[in-house]
Parts: sequence; structure tokens; C-alpha cells
Amino acid sequence: MAHFEKANSLGEWFEQRIGLSTLNRVLNTEYWIPKDINFLWAMGMLLAATFGLLVISGIFLLMYYKPDSNLAFDSVNYTIMSQVGYGWLWRHIHGVGASIIFLVIYIHMFTGIYYGSYKRGRELIWLSGMALFVAFSAEAFSGYMLPWGQMSYWAGMVITNLFSGGSLEAYGLVEWIRGDYVPGDAFLTRFFMLHVLLLPLAIIGLIVFHFGALRLPHVNNQQGAEIDFKEAAELYKAGKKKESKVIPFSPVFLSKDVFVMGVYFILFFYLVFYNFEFAMDPVNFDPADGLKTPAHIYPEWYFLWSYEILRPFGKDVGLVAFGIAQLALFFLPFIDRSPNVAPAHKRGLFVVWFWVLIIDMIVLTAMGKLPPTDPTFALIGKLAAWTFLALGPILVLITSFEKKIGKGA
Amino acid sequence: MKEERKGRRDFMGMALGACAAVGGVGALYAAKRTWDPLPSVKAAGFTTIDLSTAKPNELVIEKWRGKPIFVLKKTPQMKENPRDIVIGSDRFLVTIGLCTHLGCIPAYQKDNLLFFCACHGGKFDTSGINEPGLPPPSPLEIPPFKIQGTKLVLGEEGPEYKKMLADGIAV
Repeated sequence: MAHFEKANSLGEWFEQRIGLSTLNRVLNTEYWIPKDINFLWAMGMLLAATFGLLVISGIFLLMYYKPDSNLAFDSVNYTIMSQVGYGWLWRHIHGVGASIIFLVIYIHMFTGIYYGSYKRGRELIWLSGMALFVAFSAEAFSGYMLPWGQMSYWAGMVITNLFSGGSLEAYGLVEWIRGDYVPGDAFLTRFFMLHVLLLPLAIIGLIVFHFGALRLPHVNNQQGAEIDFKEAAELYKAGKKKESKVIPFSPVFLSKDVFVMGVYFILFFYLVFYNFEFAMDPVNFDPADGLKTPAHIYPEWYFLWSYEILRPFGKDVGLVAFGIAQLALFFLPFIDRSPNVAPAHKRGLFVVWFWVLIIDMIVLTAMGKLPPTDPTFALIGKLAAWTFLALGPILVLITSFEKKIGKGA
Repeated sequence: MKEERKGRRDFMGMALGACAAVGGVGALYAAKRTWDPLPSVKAAGFTTIDLSTAKPNELVIEKWRGKPIFVLKKTPQMKENPRDIVIGSDRFLVTIGLCTHLGCIPAYQKDNLLFFCACHGGKFDTSGINEPGLPPPSPLEIPPFKIQGTKLVLGEEGPEYKKMLADGIAV
């Protein structure tokens, strides 16, 4: 038994037993963030907040949703939407949140790429971030199955068929994943389990790891400058806040975050209340029917770029290209051969590469939404897919010859 | 630490590890089996369809194992193919109605005499053969069948199906 004095206040009582002030110091008041940042540095907190909204709205949806292929469709479209008081609110928050969170994820990712925040000690942040992207993709896909509409069913059919491995014809594996010859009741309930338990647990674990990986290398800044955090922190604590290059996470950085969050949530709830249709595909308001394929199957907007990489090729080549596209970004810290941690506009050809990547992904996204009938658009899609695949080797090449920037900061 | 004690601790560590590994593998196997299709799903895998009511060039869609089955009675003008199921003087195309690319249902275009898949633009002719150069890598699949008079039992393997298997027409 350790020695305990009688506590003089409730705060002290907790302090003796759980050390809250130490925790607060380590996580908030003495966790140092560089001053030289902009609003793009708030995306992480936006993601955490949006994930929180998804969890809360999900809890309320869970109260009436029925994971049964006979009941699921009506439990969403009738019970939750027209019977449950404010059921529509949770569903629209959940649907809009799932869509918007990917927009913020992409902005967060490309901010990291632009400022070189994935290398020189920050590799684990990037890798855990990419793992989060994969986990969120799986979470979005499994959630998309749950209303059991036509798009749920056929997206489930197409995506699970990818696991047959093309000419490998591993239909045993596909049937194992589905628990049936086609997506059915067993399929729906297991994806329900993944969506509401296993994947959220994985996501929460990964978020903790992602934050942890940030701790030692610290947050990057607009110039990619190396900062002596110890020295800067001492200056700040000594009251020389102006001279110091850092601010504490809480309350200073967080107050800036909260401002960006405020602006973001105005937009977010505008969408939830007045413009939620973009997140509700009309085809999914028809109940699942295994004997009728919708005229045109396409995924939600955030998967379109990788869907378009799958589409213009034959089955096997398409699968390989798709696989490469899914994994390619993981390797970014290792195929970028340049030692420079600097914003893209100071890195020569890298800035061109960056914007080509963005434009190419936008083109792929646009082409992925179109039906596969127009040959001109099919050709543009094919060129964009090849461009995406070529960008990897090109990055190795241009970063190998990149001039080293002197670190005067 | 004494040598004798170190050996004893190593042994205990390894014994614990081995037991945990056996339990872990067992748990993984149980997890795998839990994800398997249920016996009731497997047992519902047989369907009988009647071919005598089919009309030429009119696609009938039946259901087997939750999948659509295309039944197309061929007109005499349509090209013959070893994939046809022959009953008396009639020839039938009977295939699983899922595109061999990623499993969408192709639509039958009666006037063009072809199946068109809206997902990625795949095309199949009236023998279920895929048009080269498009995403589908292989013809529409023929389900296991057994001929019983003018009826077809899907899920069972009759001699005609076994011959197709041997010829590499069915998979």
C-alpha cells in the first residue's frame, strides 16, 4: 500500500489516485504545436469530431435497425425515417457524415503529401493514417450494405466477387465471405457485426496509435522547419510567448481548431438539414433484388477513383491495377527518395507531380461515375488509370534528382 | 540468475506459449467454420425448371442458389454451339445469369441477339460467349444440371453436364 494523505478537495482526491494533472500536462498544456501552421492543420480534429458524430448518430440508429434481410429495408426506410421521432436526423447525420468524412480525409491526406509530413520520422503517422483510410473504407462499405437496397445488394455482389481473384476463380472464398452463394441474410448480419463492432474498435485503436505516432516527431509546419521543441517550450513557459515558435495544444491550438470546427459544422449541418440527397442514392430506395441489376452500378463518390482504375482493363489486369492503386499510397514515405521535408512549391518538380496526382484523381472520379458506354470517356478513363499507375515510378525518379534544400529555419 | 532456474523459466515460458498457440489455432478454426455457409443454405442448392413452356428468343429468368438462371430457347437461325442443352429437336442456352467479370446481371437485347452488362459494358452472344476485348474474361457459366424429360434439375450433375465438364465447356 502506497502512502496517501487526506485530500483537501475533490480535485486533490482524484489527483492522488489517478494523476489527472499529469495527464492534462502531457496531453494538453505541454504538448507543443508549431505556430507556423494554417487551417489545414485542423483537419485531424475535424475528423475526430465527425467520427464522434457518426458514433453518436449510429447509436440511435442501432435502436431501431434490424439486421435481417426481410426486415432491414423497412426498419430503415419506414421505421427510422417516418416513425421514430427525429429518426431522420440520425440517418441524415450518419449518411452525410459518412460522405463528408471522406472529403476531410482526402484533404488531410493531401495536406500531408503537400507539406512532406510523411517522412523523416513521420513514417508511422503516414502508415497508421493509411491504415485508418482502409479501415474507414471498410466501415463505409459495410455500412452501405445495411439498408439492404438495390445498391447495397449489388455493391456487395461486385465487391465480394473481387475476392475470387479473377482467373483464380476462388469462388469458395467468395461464398465463405458471404456465408451463402449470393449476398443474403448471413452476409447482412456479418457485415452488420463488422460495421457496428469490429471495425469501429479497429478504428478507435488506430486513432490512438495515429495520435501516439505524432507525439515524438511532432506536428509538421508550413516550412517543414526543424524546431528544437524543448528550447521553444522553455521560452513559452518562461512567458516569452512571442519569441517561442510553439504553442500548447490546449488551450491555444485547440481554440483555433474549435474555430475551424465551427465553420465546418455550419456547412455540415446545412447539408444534413437542407441538402442531404447527395449522400442518399435514389437507387438504394428500391429493396434488394437478386434477380434485377440496376442499369448502372457505381460506388459512392469517394471510391470512384479506384473503381475507375478497375474498369478499363480486363478482369485480371484490372484486379492487379486495382490492388496496386489501393496499396500504392502506403509506400509514399519510401518511394519519395528526397530528404527534403518542405512544402511542395519549394521542391521543384514535386509540385508538378502533386498537382498531376490531384487532377488525375479528380478525372478518375468523374469518369468513374459515367456509364461504361461512351468510348471517348472510356479512353480518358484508361489514360487517367495509366497515369495514376505511372505516377509511382515517376515520383521515385524526380525525388532521386531533387536538390537538397538547406535547413536554415 | 542460476542456470537451473533459467532453464526452468524458459521451459515454463515455452509450455505456456505452446498451449496458447494451440488454443489460438483452435479458435481461428472455429472462427473460420462460423463464417462458412450454413447447412440449410447448402441444402437449398437444388432447383427444378421446366423447359417445355419456353418460347424461342424469349429469355426466361429462373432462380437457383439465389442466382438468376438464364433460359433461352434458341431459334433455328441462331448458331449452334456445343454449350447448348439439346432436348429432342430443341436447343437451349442455360447459364448462370451473372456477368463473369464482376457478377452483374446482363440484360438480354432481343433484337440485337446479345446480352449486355451495364456495369462494365460486357457483351455475350446467344451461346453465352463473351465478346473479346471487353472486361468479361470468359463465357457465361453453365450451372450443374441433369436432364429429366423436359425438365432440368440444377445443382445435380447429369451425364450431359459431365461431358461438358470433360470438354472444358463448363467449369
